[in-house]
Amino acid sequence: MNHPAPGTVVLEAEDLVVERNGPDGALRLLDGVSLTLRACMILGVVGESGAGKSLTGAALIDLLDPPLRLRSGRLRFCGVETMPRRGRDVSMVFQDPLTALYPLFPIGQQLVETIRVHHGTSRAAAEARAHDLLVEVGVSAPRDRLLQYPHELSGGMRQRVVLALALAPDPTVLVADEPTTALDVSVQAQIVALIRRLCDERGMAVMLITHDIGVVAEAADDVAVMYAGRIVETGPVAEVLTAPRHPYTKGLLAATLELGQRRERLAQIDGTAPRPGAWPTGCRFHPRCPDRLAVCAREAPVLTPDGRVSMACWHG
Amino acid sequence: MAETLVRVEGLRRHFGARAGFVARLAGTTRPLLRAVDGVSFTIEAGRTLGLVGESGCGKSTVARCVAGLQPLTAGEVHIAGHEIRAIASGAAGPHARCQTQMIFQDPFASLNPRWRVGRTLSDPLSTFDRDAPRAAIAGRVADLLEQVGLSRGDLGKYPHEFSGGQRQRIAIARALAASPAFIIADEPTSALDLSVQAQILNLLQQIQRARQVSFLFISHNLAVIEHMADEVGVMYLGRLVERRSAAALFADPAHPYTRLLIETVPSTRRIGPRRTPPQGEVADPMRPPSGCTFHPRCPIAEARCRSETPVLRPTAGGVVACHLD
Repeated sequence: MNHPAPGTVVLEAEDLVVERNGPDGALRLLDGVSLTLRACMILGVVGESGAGKSLTGAALIDLLDPPLRLRSGRLRFCGVETMPRRGRDVSMVFQDPLTALYPLFPIGQQLVETIRVHHGTSRAAAEARAHDLLVEVGVSAPRDRLLQYPHELSGGMRQRVVLALALAPDPTVLVADEPTTALDVSVQAQIVALIRRLCDERGMAVMLITHDIGVVAEAADDVAVMYAGRIVETGPVAEVLTAPRHPYTKGLLAATLELGQRRERLAQIDGTAPRPGAWPTGCRFHPRCPDRLAVCAREAPVLTPDGRVSMACWHG
Repeated sequence: MAETLVRVEGLRRHFGARAGFVARLAGTTRPLLRAVDGVSFTIEAGRTLGLVGESGCGKSTVARCVAGLQPLTAGEVHIAGHEIRAIASGAAGPHARCQTQMIFQDPFASLNPRWRVGRTLSDPLSTFDRDAPRAAIAGRVADLLEQVGLSRGDLGKYPHEFSGGQRQRIAIARALAASPAFIIADEPTSALDLSVQAQILNLLQQIQRARQVSFLFISHNLAVIEHMADEVGVMYLGRLVERRSAAALFADPAHPYTRLLIETVPSTRRIGPRRTPPQGEVADPMRPPSGCTFHPRCPIAEARCRSETPVLRPTAGGVVACHLD
């Protein structure tokens, strides 16, 4: 493991465009997404279903299979323009730990196989490493767990094992796609804290995809808010969540229920997020935007930096 | 005080209690899952009881038993004066049956994909009111759609033509079609996006104000429960561990499990990591811990918590099942 210094840019994605080929031609799903992942830092990516969060993650780890394809865009890994290697450079954690694990093998065997594929070590060394990985992700009684099957573990333990598998190649970047969504709230808090600790201790860059802004507030350093295939606002969590500028970010935060904030009526964003292929002209949020101007329907605003926050809105 | 509409007493629902033929021959017994193990509550007319708990705590089983979708192992459920077995069997008459309606979590699974919206909504109307003329039903169906924020033009469409939020609106309209006094909503916003969740919660509250319906509102999301409920029941491994007015419970949670749940709710206002996340996970319901089933995760458990099962005792605004104050 030779990890860059904290804060160093390790992975840059520029203008990613992902399309799905179909009988009616190519359908654009991701439309010019750029982001930067830094060592020791967590980028939270939030947005509603269909916004393109998971596709962005899949594009970074080269998991787009036909009919999906990366139409254009550039990836720069540690300063070199290249597709990062899956596993060793960029590793991934999925939402549902039960489907991410193979049900018919004990978890120890799955870990050992992954370690040997990536590091080519002996079986004994891989077994020792598997044990260490389980300790690192906080699995209790790791020696016994290695012999257990996924169904014998609780949801939280399974997600820890999935994390151990993702860490087995010693990745520089970790993409975590809704890693806590399938878990109960109390376990969710444990996994979020674990990802934060692993990021800090290993000096990894983490992309944390979630629909829960509360999880971003708790764990992430930076946030990117996605809407209809684009990033509409991005910057440090402390700035974006305390002083949101884009009307969509404002609306999302206002619609988020908080404990101890009982109100007569919740602020709501009217309408629904548009489906790919039915994206409105101009700013894609304009039909739902309370502050829309005439220009919003005509021309798409570009993501423009202002201080440490970038935003795509005609209100600037 | 408003009249009591729903009364649930000692509700139990156990699974696997009866051994199969082979097991009986072999003399082995199947393990018993006590999904719901003695739950009691009442809901007054026009009020909302929120049930909250982690997966596997039995909250959805309570909903299904109260809706008459599952037989009770023991206990009683009375809705508007009728016992649930009489309601479910039809012995209490069609009116008693249409008093209770249900809204499910997944609007992609709860609507018949082959039925146009008009049929989905007119079916309960004509079932519960067999003598109504067709024209009257068509008019009421259109009214229902408008009440939930859709338009008459949507009547001829199929479910797949709608988004998740719109489908949940159709499911709500279907529940309203029977003019129920009591609606059971089982995680009605969990499958929806955040911006749509707010729309649906606002709609449900608006319906409650306009029609004075009672709600049994089930969610794993404490913030949603706080927003919707007048009274809150917290479930853990098949039992209510705390049942109190929402104001009292959120101001001063009495049970350590309620405190744990409240502490773990992520907030957009608290930036940065929490100091110490709670430890442990829900025990396997097939092998619940002895005594207070929460004791292995409880930060203040004592010796008697391991041996003695606490019973619900009165506390400010409700009841709590904990040995310790």
